[in-house]
Amino acid sequence: MHPAKSVILFTTASGAGYGLLFLLITGHMFGVFPADSTLAYSGFGTAFMMIIIGLLSSTFHLGRPERAWRALTQWKSSWLSREGILAIVTFGPTGIYGLCWIFAPNTTISLLLIIGVTALLLCAATVYCTSMIYACLKPVSAWHNRFVPASYLALSLSTGALLLNGILHLQGKNTPLFDMITIALILVSVIIKYYYWKYIGETKGISTVGSATGLGSMGKVRLLEAAHTEANYLMKEMGFQIARKHAKKLRNITFISGFILPVFLISLTGITESAGISNLLVFCSIFFGAIGIVTERWLFFAEAKHTVSLYYGAQSV
Amino acid sequence: MGFFPTSKQEDVDTSPHVSDEVKTTTCYMCACRCGIKVHLRGDQIRYIEGNPDHPVNKGVLCAKGSAGIMQHNSPARLQKPLLRTGERGSGEFKEIEWDEALELAGGWLGKIRAKDPSKLAFFTGRDQSQSLTGWWAAKFGTRNFAAHGGFCSVNMAAAGLYSAGGSFWEFGEPDWDLTKYLLMFGVAEDHDSNPIKIGLGKLKGRKGTKLVSVNPVRTGYSGIADEWIGIRPGTDGLFVFALIHELLKAEKIDWDYLSRYTNAPWLIIQDPGAADDGLFVRDAQDNPLCYDADKKTLISANNPDAKPSLAGEYTLPDGRKAVPAFHLMAERYLDTQYSPDAVAEQIGYSADNIRRIAAEIAHVAFEEQIELDIAWTDWAGRKQDKMIGRPISMHAMRGISAHSNGFHTCRAIHVLQMLLGSIDVPGGFRHKPPFPRPCPPGPKPAGHESIANTPLPGMPLGFPTGPEDLLVEPDGTPKRIDKAYSWEYPFSSHGMMHMVIHNAWKGDPYPIDVLFMYMANMSWNSSMNVQSTIKYLTDKNEDGSYKIPKIIYSDAYNSEMVAYADLILPDTTYLERWDAISLLDRPICSAHGPADSIRQPVIKPDRDVRPFQDVLLDLGARLGLPGMANQDGSPTYPGGYSDYITNHERTPGVGPLAGWRGKDGDQNGKGDPNPDQLQRYIDNGCFWSDKFTPEQSYYKFANRSYLDRSHEMGWIPKAERIVMHIYSEHMQKFRLAAQGHGENQPPDALRSRIEETFDPLPIWYMPLEEKAYDGNEYPLHAITQRPMHMYHSWGSQNAWLRQITAQNRLFINEITAQKQGISDDDWIWVISPHGKVKTQVKLMSGVNPHTIWTWNAIGKRKGAWGLDDKAPESNKGFLLNHIISELLPPREDGYRYSNSDPVTGQAAWYDLRVRIEKCDELEEGLTEPMLGAVAALPNAPEQIAVLRYGADFSEPKNAPSQTTKVDDKAQTPLTTNEDLLGEKS
Amino acid sequence: MTCLPTTSPQKKLGLVIDLDICVGCHACAVNCKEWNTGGHSAPLTDMDPYGQDPNGVWFNRIHSFEVVDEDNDSRTVHFPKSCLHCDDAPCVTVCPTGASYKREEDGIVLVDADKCIGCKLCSWACAYGAREYDEDAGIMKKCTLCVDRIYNENLPEASRVPACVSTCPVGARSFGDLNDPTSDVSQLVADREGFDLMAELDYKPTNKYLPPRPKQNEHTVSASNKPVALTPVSTEKAGLLAQWADKVLSL
Ligand SMILES: Nc1nc2c(c(=O)[nH]1)N[C@H]1C(S)=C(S)[C@@H](COP(=O)(O)OP(=O)(O)OC[C@H]3O[C@@H](n4cnc5c(=O)[nH]c(N)nc54)[C@H](O)[C@@H]3O)O[C@H]1N2
Ligand SMILES: Nc1nc2c(c(=O)[nH]1)N[C@H]1C(S)=C(S)[C@@H](COP(=O)(O)OP(=O)(O)OC[C@H]3O[C@@H](n4cnc5c(=O)[nH]c(N)nc54)[C@H](O)[C@@H]3O)O[C@H]1N2
Ligand code: SF4
Ligand code: SF4
Ligand code: SF4
Ligand code: SF4
Ligand code: SF4
Ligand SMILES: [Mo]
Repeated sequence: MHPAKSVILFTTASGAGYGLLFLLITGHMFGVFPADSTLAYSGFGTAFMMIIIGLLSSTFHLGRPERAWRALTQWKSSWLSREGILAIVTFGPTGIYGLCWIFAPNTTISLLLIIGVTALLLCAATVYCTSMIYACLKPVSAWHNRFVPASYLALSLSTGALLLNGILHLQGKNTPLFDMITIALILVSVIIKYYYWKYIGETKGISTVGSATGLGSMGKVRLLEAAHTEANYLMKEMGFQIARKHAKKLRNITFISGFILPVFLISLTGITESAGISNLLVFCSIFFGAIGIVTERWLFFAEAKHTVSLYYGAQSV
Repeated sequence: MGFFPTSKQEDVDTSPHVSDEVKTTTCYMCACRCGIKVHLRGDQIRYIEGNPDHPVNKGVLCAKGSAGIMQHNSPARLQKPLLRTGERGSGEFKEIEWDEALELAGGWLGKIRAKDPSKLAFFTGRDQSQSLTGWWAAKFGTRNFAAHGGFCSVNMAAAGLYSAGGSFWEFGEPDWDLTKYLLMFGVAEDHDSNPIKIGLGKLKGRKGTKLVSVNPVRTGYSGIADEWIGIRPGTDGLFVFALIHELLKAEKIDWDYLSRYTNAPWLIIQDPGAADDGLFVRDAQDNPLCYDADKKTLISANNPDAKPSLAGEYTLPDGRKAVPAFHLMAERYLDTQYSPDAVAEQIGYSADNIRRIAAEIAHVAFEEQIELDIAWTDWAGRKQDKMIGRPISMHAMRGISAHSNGFHTCRAIHVLQMLLGSIDVPGGFRHKPPFPRPCPPGPKPAGHESIANTPLPGMPLGFPTGPEDLLVEPDGTPKRIDKAYSWEYPFSSHGMMHMVIHNAWKGDPYPIDVLFMYMANMSWNSSMNVQSTIKYLTDKNEDGSYKIPKIIYSDAYNSEMVAYADLILPDTTYLERWDAISLLDRPICSAHGPADSIRQPVIKPDRDVRPFQDVLLDLGARLGLPGMANQDGSPTYPGGYSDYITNHERTPGVGPLAGWRGKDGDQNGKGDPNPDQLQRYIDNGCFWSDKFTPEQSYYKFANRSYLDRSHEMGWIPKAERIVMHIYSEHMQKFRLAAQGHGENQPPDALRSRIEETFDPLPIWYMPLEEKAYDGNEYPLHAITQRPMHMYHSWGSQNAWLRQITAQNRLFINEITAQKQGISDDDWIWVISPHGKVKTQVKLMSGVNPHTIWTWNAIGKRKGAWGLDDKAPESNKGFLLNHIISELLPPREDGYRYSNSDPVTGQAAWYDLRVRIEKCDELEEGLTEPMLGAVAALPNAPEQIAVLRYGADFSEPKNAPSQTTKVDDKAQTPLTTNEDLLGEKS
Repeated sequence: MTCLPTTSPQKKLGLVIDLDICVGCHACAVNCKEWNTGGHSAPLTDMDPYGQDPNGVWFNRIHSFEVVDEDNDSRTVHFPKSCLHCDDAPCVTVCPTGASYKREEDGIVLVDADKCIGCKLCSWACAYGAREYDEDAGIMKKCTLCVDRIYNENLPEASRVPACVSTCPVGARSFGDLNDPTSDVSQLVADREGFDLMAELDYKPTNKYLPPRPKQNEHTVSASNKPVALTPVSTEKAGLLAQWADKVLSL
């Protein structure tokens, strides 16, 4: 699949945003963070910014962005529609929660709890819907599996944690606990991602050029000539191919930059006394994390093969 | 659903307005000439569909025909007459007015005509108005005229016309409704494009049928064949002989058919060394004789009561021996050199398989014989109560034709058909009118003399029947610029267009003054040896003048040839002009009956272009050519071509169109001109067709009712039976000359060549190039195929068609490739004795292992066809023509024959031999040779970034979005049609 | 209407494509383009039409394949492909706007050009590559089964079939109601064992493909009762000629 920049930015940025919201609210509910408004401003601010950047960028992917509102109409069947609706709805409880945090620190716990839990569920559901946009697509076997929602959820949390951890550090509100949580979330993500890669490496899609043409029972089928000698939309969009060699390199980048380095850098903050160095380390952890996650998302598309490619030379997908 | 009011299911307009007007005309995207219905919306074309009533295509349309809109709107269309300003080949021109153009051309031509008309070489290419152009040339007085047939398929035409009274090509067809077995030799597409496809659909749809394709490549028709025989190129003759060998041995022969309808029983003088050796024994009335086995005597073979014998040796009254033609034939092909075992390896198909095919053919012909309850009367007046059919049919085209042994191979196929009794019988191969005609038909080539201001006494092209008909000087020097009808290529009845440029450059046999060409891309895909041809076209004498002094060219588009002409006469597109698809020309008849058709202008030209036929008549009038100018110098056809179509009579009562003749339009075939004729055609969908009665439908060569009708229509000079020639006495006459007999003698150097190749019975010899070059150095055959969706070079200017194929690969058998370490997508060199060309490869299994091939005419010259310089066509696509030579290697004395069939002069495109080598990595990515770009023509439209044809036929809802980025330069629309194409800015 | 019709459509209009006779001529693809560029989804835009990277919107495309069996007997199969108007069409259900829908009356899957936002999701959901993005218009387009032809009262009745069907020179394409077991197309499918593409994905395509028939060559010859060689009357040339000399024929 063609790795479109806008979609990569959309899924990674908004994923991180929802992860951040989720962690902020959970942390607040459990009293992990101090209930001060700077944290709320910066935390919610960053999260909303990420989400809005993501959503805006997703509209760049649209041929008709001015009609984007129409995408909210088909919640009954379309995961994209659901995602869109939830993304918007989520602004409500999360925003209210944030406002309460800042302006009404005395809101009754139970009301805050209801708002908070709703917000958490909506955050999770939104990310889940994002993942299901891909996971529901049967023609892309690399997407049509349970590792996809799992890794979207996990990566959303771990990237959110990375951001939140950065905010905490910058504000000097960091705790070893949250450092540990961040590291733990990153590790969970890497494990899921590892299994995802293992899965797509081992599992072939059920469709082959034989089933795509229905000629498989007659022998080995091979493309002689495609419909067009130059690339058409289908070949550009769905026929994107990445060499195994490159994929391996990029996976390494994802692994090292997206997971190993952040874990390492965050661990280092534990042994430095200097706030400056610690901030730099955290900044670097976010920087490398971002490179890693963007690479991961790029690969998520680039490595996914669509059944359409069976009509353009692929033997299996 | 949803909660927004807009979410309800859209209201689809299932009955939208389609068109304001529907006009019928005839497609011209190839030579098949299907009937079309053009739907018009204002002055734009909404849709072109097949005309369901039309006899050719019955409503279907191929990819090219369906892309007519884009052909009509091509950015490569010429806009106005052009006069060269730069060097030839630079592409630098200025626009001039028509008056100036015609005056210039008229001046050049007039001068020639007043001196020596043969200094004009007038050659036309993809032409369907040959009866006009040939007539024009004759009136001008030049013998140097031909159309493209010499490089196309003259082998098929000549072999058929000298043997069977009609030929494959589009002049005959399998009996699609009844045939059970079709053996197809070397056909990728053919001119009978849609009829063949319709027919194949029918054939395959019936149970118990079989389609066999003999073809080195398995694509297209071969892909759907029930059996594919991946023969080695150039060896079909051997395959056919092996089939004949098997049939003879098992006596699976249609004896009656042979004795009645062919010259198999005619006696042939066996007197080696005598001047009449190998000629037919004739009586005083010139009747050929046969041996009456009943009466044990010689008898006229035209005597219906004869009971001929087909074999045995007989003594003539003068004591000499004679044998029937069949005897000679059987003797030859029974020889073990033609047994399946002897030929299997060479043709690349096992002996068992050959034997099986022979058995299948015999089975279908004789065990599955069909009988139609149709009573008919034969030429001698004998009533027959039924028609016997042999449901085995054959079709062959350029896979046979484009080899230097193609004439004989094609004749071999016709002889095989005759043995099986399957020509023009139910289930077999059927002639289309005006065929069958006598073998060979019609007049001899005219032009023995070239006299100032004097027309030729006949038409320049014709059919020689003996050495006396050749157009040669007493010493044997060719009289025609292309050397057609010379001792080198005696039966070149379509001329040899592929040699004109070379010979004119060389001044061999003489220099010419003006080369006038129409519709032939001679500096590119229709020339053998592109780069040398370009050299010939641009080469200068020491005084700085061009070796070919003047070149006039008419094209409708900016083809590669345009840059090499001095004066360009821009033609209209096919939707903008009148045309006649005439029985005098290449007709569109079917086996069911005669038909002809017209093209009418359905759209007005928006450029300063004129139909070439109008221009030719105008020039004719300016030159005062008889038939085109009246006594007072005024034009005979002031109304142009449509006037000519209506009023011209070739012979009294016979004009370009056969339908609705006579004052009241109630006569067909012959009749006075009808002023209303064109309207009658238009009212009938732009075609006329007639149907044979069942009685006239088969056995036409010997069918009283048919022969009478054919004569009435003016197709045959006499209503006499037509005898097919298993044995060609005409050929034997040339052979005798080569042996020293007769007045007309070939130059000595040519004797052995003529003696060998003018064998009166089909022979096989190794293709001349293959024989000339070392098979180890050049182990592979290289051939091309026509893509079904492209017509030669003109498809690539078509925005739709080029999206299907914008570059061509070289296809190689995977095993062959593997042996050389070549894999898919590799870049390789294809090297012939004449040059090399670089291309990317595609491996396949369905190709003969000794053969490589590519799609024809996809490669384009930079700057031509309105394409961007970066177009894949010119950067990756390639032409095999770069490495084909128009000449064979030198003879001992250094003389080089044309790379053509020595009988007919047919260009031997598919004799090409090559080797392949992998490229260095550094050489990958671009094709070679890649010639520099030609300059853009004056007022050529700029490239457009987006084509939205049809946008304004619908509601505004699909207007482009705001986000579309179209670069600014690209928004400049075409000079014309701005609302059709591109941005409206 | 992004949800699929709740009741199975009464009619399931679709195409049946005969792989046994398709010669791969591209006529159907070009004629489709020609009709539709001025039709319901007009225009079928072409980008860079005369340049380096020509690519446009096509509703129908022709591929060709080679199939090699265990005997090393191989064949070429031409393979046209357009929208299959699936019964269970995920291109419809994934659509967030309701632009993509399946008609209740005849099962035709269409895109409402006024609603489409060009998110391309449907093209990802279609396993067959039948959806065509018009980059210029920013919306998705696709085979309409010539919905503006098949019911068009401005056309003669005989012309009310999809453009690709009426133009196919070999007659490899048939059109009709695949829900009606008595229709010609259903009969064809039954007689010729028509099949679904990628049946494993369970899209339940309406269009069916007819398999190429077995070849009749050396590999299958045992299955036929035709003779495999002729029996010579005599192997000796002179004998044969002498024998034939005695034959009395008539002109
Ligand atoms: N390697 C290889 N070369 C071959 C062949 C092959 O098989 N292999 N085949 C050979 C054969 S059989 C043939 S027939 C030739 C064909 O070769 P050409 O005769 O050169 O045919 P086209 O490429 O069709 O070009 C004819 C010219 O006619 C112009 N034209 C098109 N429409 C019109 C019109 O309406 N009016 C006018 N005035 N001009 C028009 C086109 O723009 C083009 O320049 O190629 C030969 N060359
Ligand atoms: N679409 C389309 N139609 C056309 C044309 C076009 O350009 N495009 N051109 C028109 C013209 S001018 C012509 S002349 C006709 C030609 O019509 P065809 O004769 O059908 O054209 P070719 O492409 O030359 O096909 C020759 C076939 O012979 C095969 N072949 C080559 N060598 C041999 C051999 O030695 N033995 C056998 N058995 N087969 C061999 C090739 O693989 C190829 O399939 O088509 C006409 N129709
Ligand atoms: S075969 Fe195609 S291009 Fe040729 S005349 Fe017919 S429709 Fe036109
Ligand atoms: S073929 Fe593709 S576009 Fe057509 S209905 Fe099926 S899934 Fe949808
Ligand atoms: S591209 Fe258009 S039709 Fe396709 S899913 Fe998106 S909105 Fe629906
Ligand atoms: S049914 Fe109509 S839209 Fe669909 S492929 Fe055929 S011609 Fe094109
Ligand atoms: S028009 Fe017919 S034969 Fe040609 S590609 Fe289409 S389905 Fe095949
Ligand atoms: Mo030709």
